[in-house]
Amino acid sequence: MKFLRQTLAVAAKDLRSEIRGKEAVNASVSFALVILLLFSFAFDLEPEQIRDIAGGLLWLIFAFAGTLILNRSFARELVNDCLDALLASPVSGAQLFFGKCLANYVLILIVECISLPVFAIFYNVRLPQRLALLFLVMLLGTWGITVIGTLFSAMTVNLRLRELMLPTLVYPMLIPALVGAIELSRALITGASLAENFIWFRILVAFNVIFTILSLALVEIVLVG
Amino acid sequence: MRLKIILTLTAIAGVILAWDLYRIFLVVPDEANQGAIFRIIYFHVPAAITSFTGFYLAMFSSIGYLMTKNLRLDSIAASINEVSLAFASITLVTGSIWGRVIWGIWWTWDPRLTSFFVCWLIYAGYFMLRRAIDDPTARARLSAVLSIFACVDIVLVWKSIEWFRTQHPGPVLEIRGGGGMAPGMEAPLWWNFLALLMLAAALILIRTRQETMQLEIDALRRHAHAF
Repeated sequence: MKFLRQTLAVAAKDLRSEIRGKEAVNASVSFALVILLLFSFAFDLEPEQIRDIAGGLLWLIFAFAGTLILNRSFARELVNDCLDALLASPVSGAQLFFGKCLANYVLILIVECISLPVFAIFYNVRLPQRLALLFLVMLLGTWGITVIGTLFSAMTVNLRLRELMLPTLVYPMLIPALVGAIELSRALITGASLAENFIWFRILVAFNVIFTILSLALVEIVLVG
Repeated sequence: MRLKIILTLTAIAGVILAWDLYRIFLVVPDEANQGAIFRIIYFHVPAAITSFTGFYLAMFSSIGYLMTKNLRLDSIAASINEVSLAFASITLVTGSIWGRVIWGIWWTWDPRLTSFFVCWLIYAGYFMLRRAIDDPTARARLSAVLSIFACVDIVLVWKSIEWFRTQHPGPVLEIRGGGGMAPGMEAPLWWNFLALLMLAAALILIRTRQETMQLEIDALRRHAHAF
């Protein structure tokens, strides 16, 4: 219970500071819009073809835009040595990490909820009837991005090339989760059979469970040593 | 002592490789469907297994570092990963050459090739991370964590051949439940695996020594700057 309360306190702190400053979310949403614009120059497709690749495009946008938020997650604590203060506080490394994860999760989901309808409008993609299932896929895929991204954000926070290192390390690690999310989104948008694509759901869940446990176990080493 | 071990390993590996090359090119006949190019499997598969073996050994060495904080274990982990990355590169290149002849293309995004490439990228990231950190203990700590994460990802690679329908030829070797190669054709593959493993061990010993010396040099340099 205490674990949860302190975790939520860290998450609330991050969310409050983001709501007041709005620096990461604003940048992330703008970046998502820029990618949407760039896609329009990259290809000129028929509506059926767009539906086939919509899942992939969506998750590329989510992953790219999400990294901006993840990059700021620990970097924002460097000013005034806030990270040292947080580590010195009675909050454990796992609580700090989990709190930051929750805050990042909410922020990335906000960016996704803004960019999804914009994507649908710009590219004339009809969102699936089973919208709740698409949200479930978004919830699962985003957790994968968040948990790996937050841990690697903690790992790279003190590096000179932080902004470069994070995406280079995170994207290859995320591939199983991204592929799972892309395939499920594609199946939902094109109306393909979900039973045939159930394996991707399992991969996504397995990825999330494994890396959440691993991150919680190793985060103390990453943050404190 | 270390030099003797390195020399012995290299010499034995050299002899096995020479004997194997003779058998691969002069004794073993062409494969019925693929012709001469199938011989690339004698290097492709052992290099792949050697690299995976290395990545896992490095993970155990990394866990050992996290438990004991002995920097020597970090040097060993980094050396093993470096040599394994070289073998992974050999796997990718030989696979690509084989694909060009059999499939007519250098590369195809089938899940297994993609997963192997992902692994390669992760370990390339491992070395980028190491380069970016100056402090030896922080470097050892973070790269150990990354090594553990990377190995979990490798599990997905190994599983991918069962999980995805792939363009990649199914399991060929007897132990993985494939149709199997003719008895005379499979033996050189395992001998090559042994030889490459010994070669890898020799390279790892050399690299570990260099890493340890680098640590000493860095420590001396810091000591000198302190005055």
